Amino acid sequence: MALLSKKDANLIKDPLADNNPITIQVLGICSALAITAELKASVVMAISVLFVLGVGNVVISLIRNIIPAKIRIIVQLVVVAALVIIVDQVLKAFAYELSKTLSVFVGLIITNCIIMGRFEAFALGNGPWKAFLDGIGNALGYGIILVIVGFFRELLGSGTLFGMKVLGDPVAKTGLYSIGYENNGFMIIPPAALIVVGIIIWVQRSKNRALIEEA
Amino acid sequence: MKEKLHQLKLKYQGKKMAPAFNALHTFLYTPNETTHSGAHVRGADDLKRTMNTVILALVPCLLFGMFNAGYQHYSAINGFPESFSLFDHFLTWDNFLVGITTVLPLVIVSYGIGLGIEFLFAVIKGHEVEEGYLVTGMLVPLIVPVDTPLWMLAIAVAFGVVIGKEVFGGTGMNILNPALTIRAFLFFAYPTWMSGDKVWVHGAVERAGTADAISGETVLGSLAQGSDYSYSLADMFYGFIPGSVGETSTLLIILGGLFLVFSKIASWRIMVSAVVGALAMGLIFNGIVDAGWLPEYSKFYTLMSFPYWQHLLVGGLAFGIVFMATDPVTGSQTNKGKWYYGFFIGFLSVMIRVFNPGYPEGVFLAILLMNVFAPTIDHYVVRGNIKKRLKRFKTATIYPNASDEVDSLKTETA
Repeated sequence: MALLSKKDANLIKDPLADNNPITIQVLGICSALAITAELKASVVMAISVLFVLGVGNVVISLIRNIIPAKIRIIVQLVVVAALVIIVDQVLKAFAYELSKTLSVFVGLIITNCIIMGRFEAFALGNGPWKAFLDGIGNALGYGIILVIVGFFRELLGSGTLFGMKVLGDPVAKTGLYSIGYENNGFMIIPPAALIVVGIIIWVQRSKNRALIEEA
Repeated sequence: MKEKLHQLKLKYQGKKMAPAFNALHTFLYTPNETTHSGAHVRGADDLKRTMNTVILALVPCLLFGMFNAGYQHYSAINGFPESFSLFDHFLTWDNFLVGITTVLPLVIVSYGIGLGIEFLFAVIKGHEVEEGYLVTGMLVPLIVPVDTPLWMLAIAVAFGVVIGKEVFGGTGMNILNPALTIRAFLFFAYPTWMSGDKVWVHGAVERAGTADAISGETVLGSLAQGSDYSYSLADMFYGFIPGSVGETSTLLIILGGLFLVFSKIASWRIMVSAVVGALAMGLIFNGIVDAGWLPEYSKFYTLMSFPYWQHLLVGGLAFGIVFMATDPVTGSQTNKGKWYYGFFIGFLSVMIRVFNPGYPEGVFLAILLMNVFAPTIDHYVVRGNIKKRLKRFKTATIYPNASDEVDSLKTETA
């Protein structure tokens, strides 16, 4: 990371672990629960948020000095909505099936608290380069949790990864299924995502005890 | 021997594996740390004694479940005996052998995995092993179908103990009943093994699709499909019907329940109010049918017209009311709260039975739901009590010599 100063590097590194938007700040939970039944959807969602948050942070940072304070939320919404529409259209054009799976949740990126939170907390007070790094870092922190949750839910719930049957064929009874293994239907439904996120939070806090809040 | 163990315990106090050792030690012997003299009230019923009492009440259900597993198995193959005799057809070695080979592994897996996790957590957290799993481990094999694959049970037990109990802080801190958490996990994770007409009779799943295929639909299962069942009322009451291992015999459950009530382990308030709740909901449904508001082609018709009091005889309602709803940790704590808590368990159980299209039993869902609401119920009962007493205090007759004090108290509390 010779490219970045230590302070800049921390902008990316912190949200990945010790200041993760999902597991520490507990933001953006809705989408993490709703679309992580498949790994592919999780990855696409992560990339979409990466684009929206990275570009959005820069735009807000560039115009931060000319936004009237009273209507700044509306301005932020316009920026994020414009970016989300771009993502939505691209998905519809090039990955129609997937955009149907993600359905309304692409549109709901607009209301993702992580995005508004970073605009408010960081982009309004920092220059474009730093805002860009911060956006990338937070989107990656969000994405990494999505991918971990998606990995476990798809593997245990459907026995597949990216749609590939890694555990064998449940209908033809090959691989693991030949010895009586069955897919765990619980992992498909959204409450399972809540429990997987909870376990990630548990593991993270037991590794780094400084993160545990005082009761 | 006993003295030596006590010395050994002192020697290794504070070591990592000490809790595991202590657990076995106190399980086998009375610890030497109990008070021997002085002005203490020495009750004989510690947590372990409480747990053992519940297990004692469950043993008849378990034994009956073993015989019933065999009885249902052979009856499904050879047809039900024409003139039923208890000793010729039910309490036979053949039946018991089937029971031993199917039910005992469930018990062993349940205790093995569950206690293993309890020991592990005790060692990690450095506290004594808690006795909470003794009852859960016995309940679990009784509320699952006979042919539940053992690895599924193992995963469910691990999930139930870790997520249902340990993350909240172990025995006494859990919000949901761990045994029901395990059952709910099994149900949502592997629905094909927890419902339908194959899982309730040993051997039915293996034989499916072959010339020897047998079926073992439960009473509720038949009702949900709108078809008739071939069991008499006596069969339902004594428990000679297919179902989860230990839930079928209403008679033995009532005996166990009476034992728990008289040993003051379980709350009679919860049991009575749950029965009342179930009857009330059943009566409402029967009333709707009698009034002719429900057309006969409705898919709810057969379940709704099922006589209201017979709901208590079939499925897991009786078992759930006696052994699950009365769990002192997850139920309501206040006496008034227990009435509400129990009533809604019975009420919702029957409601879920009738309206849930996918699954004809709702007791475990109703109890889990009310587990969640139990603290809220208690909160309002306590608040109501405070209000009532404040009101009584304000209208109280005030004697002259204490009036100053009372006035100042009144302004403080107003």
